[in-house]
Amino acid sequence: MLEKNSKKIIEKSKSSGWILEPDAKALMKLQGLDIPDFILTNSFEAAGQFLKKSESGVVAKAVSKKIIHKTEHKAVVTGIVSADHLKKEMVRLQKLAGCENILVEQMVQGIEVIIGAKNDFQFGPVIVFGIGGTSVEIYNDTAVRMAPLKPAEVLSMVESLKAKKIISGYRGMAGVNMEILTNLMVNFSLFVMELENDIESVDLNPVICTRDRCVIADARIMLKC
Amino acid sequence: MAVIGVSTSQDNHPANVIYNKNHLRYPVKTFPVNPKGGILNREKLYPGVEDIQEDIDVAVIAVRAEYVPGVVEQCIQKGVGGAVIISGGFAESGNLSLQQRVVDIAKEASFPFVGPNCLGIYAPDYMDTFFLPGERIIRPDKGNVGFVSQSGGVLVDQMVKFAGQGIGISLAVSIGNKACIRETDMLDWLDQDLETKVIAFYIEGFEKGEGRQFIEKVEQCSKPVIVLKAGKSKKGIEAVSSHTASLAGDYRVFSEIMKQHCVAEADNEYELTSFCEALSCYPKGINGNIGIITLSGGHGVIAADACELHGIPIPGIDPATIGIIKEKLSSGIRNIVSLANPLDLTGSSTDSDIVTTARHLSRDGNIDCIMALLIPYSPGISTDIGAKLSQVARNEGKPMIAYVPNEDKYKIIIEGFELNNIPVASSVEGAVLMAKALMRCRPC
Repeated sequence: MLEKNSKKIIEKSKSSGWILEPDAKALMKLQGLDIPDFILTNSFEAAGQFLKKSESGVVAKAVSKKIIHKTEHKAVVTGIVSADHLKKEMVRLQKLAGCENILVEQMVQGIEVIIGAKNDFQFGPVIVFGIGGTSVEIYNDTAVRMAPLKPAEVLSMVESLKAKKIISGYRGMAGVNMEILTNLMVNFSLFVMELENDIESVDLNPVICTRDRCVIADARIMLKC
Repeated sequence: MAVIGVSTSQDNHPANVIYNKNHLRYPVKTFPVNPKGGILNREKLYPGVEDIQEDIDVAVIAVRAEYVPGVVEQCIQKGVGGAVIISGGFAESGNLSLQQRVVDIAKEASFPFVGPNCLGIYAPDYMDTFFLPGERIIRPDKGNVGFVSQSGGVLVDQMVKFAGQGIGISLAVSIGNKACIRETDMLDWLDQDLETKVIAFYIEGFEKGEGRQFIEKVEQCSKPVIVLKAGKSKKGIEAVSSHTASLAGDYRVFSEIMKQHCVAEADNEYELTSFCEALSCYPKGINGNIGIITLSGGHGVIAADACELHGIPIPGIDPATIGIIKEKLSSGIRNIVSLANPLDLTGSSTDSDIVTTARHLSRDGNIDCIMALLIPYSPGISTDIGAKLSQVARNEGKPMIAYVPNEDKYKIIIEGFELNNIPVASSVEGAVLMAKALMRCRPC
């Protein structure tokens, strides 16, 4: 069953038709999925403190109801390691349309995948999996299955990709931890089944996978009108 | 059977065609109905279905669309078992409310019907509601493939292809606008039907959530299910909406989900034909791993290329197997054959070489299925080769697929296979498609 808090998040986002990244990630966390450590702030000082604690740098993003696709609006900055750089980018992001505050989060590096869901007219909730990032539409190397997923189906989705070697690891590069990825996808598919009547589509893109984590670095949930 | 709408003036009226063929050529007792009564070919026309003394199992309704609701009411009053509504002029031409009226009337009385806007039911040896004159269409023999099609034209065309390949039909139903009986109902029915071994569908689109229902039923179904989907391209989707008023969904989702749930999706009508034949012989499916026996190097290469294209593995043969085969081949060919996979026995081989090779290749643990490319042109091959290889397949318990050119001359070889439940393709590509069907239809 969904927690009360999850229901609240969905209800309050209904008027805008979609759930902003911080709320979408909060939903994922309530479902037991892994998200990066973050703070939501407009203060340079708080952001600077957070940067100091983050070993591999931070990502800064504008949180705005007016920006659905952040990349197109240059509303994401990755790989920030210095306080000056962070401050400069925060100033710029704050000027973007409708920017409420800045999401500063721990930077995670690994293999980027997309895990998505769509409420299909004929089949109901379906799960999409593929190599992630901003070029996902160009390669369209994705697999589609009907939710809820069984663990064996996650494996068959990975197997069916052209880029399956990227997932399994090649030329000395570590692959994805399949157990964690499988748990994430099965769990996510159950979440989508529960919200069948509320959601239109979900993009977890990218989900960053390493040998020991699968972290949801960005999440967007489109609600049914 | 009552045929409602028989005309006294038009011999080619659909109702007349249906009445004549069932009345004259099928065991079903058929009654013609026309509100004006009268006489047709010295037979009495009944003014209404209620005027027929005997009980009616099925009414074929071929009256103008606006009269259909009234006729359905009369059928319900009379206690008719169900109907096939041939008439067009409903949802497919924008007349949704009229169709809904028929559905409401039927639903209230739990009165099942097929259609409207369809050809209806062809049940070999029982009945045939297709309004196409018997002499114009090619009907497959009675067999074990159940075929359900949204389009009547595709159904009739597919029947020609089935007949050409010697595939028999247990039941063929054109469901048209599918206002009452839909794919999911037919899936339930054909799953229970003892004469059906394989269930095939031509689908244009499902209603909201119906795809999921279909999949849930497929998971319960004990028989292989094959689909041919139309409305894949943007252009195709336009054609579908104007054709049978159906909303074609996102094809990618459809195709991937069919694969996920072990439904064999045929890319075109040729694949559908091959899939039906292969899966009616081997409902269980295979992992892949084809062992190819050929009598011509070229055919072997063509088959190997096609296998690679369709992702069908052709593994190496165990050296022990090769040793045994080499030892048992006739001395004349021992040194000219190519003992690899494809295994080329050359045009100089004889029946006994082919039989020995098939037997030992079947026993190889690397091989799941034998593909025998039999070009019967050389003098060493007898007309018994089909029956002989069938024996091998039966004794060794491994699936076998054959290619024999589809010519009258070689019918005896083809029948030697087919009567023994070994599928025969009329092209190398066809044989590879059969292997593809067996591979697709296996649980994940």
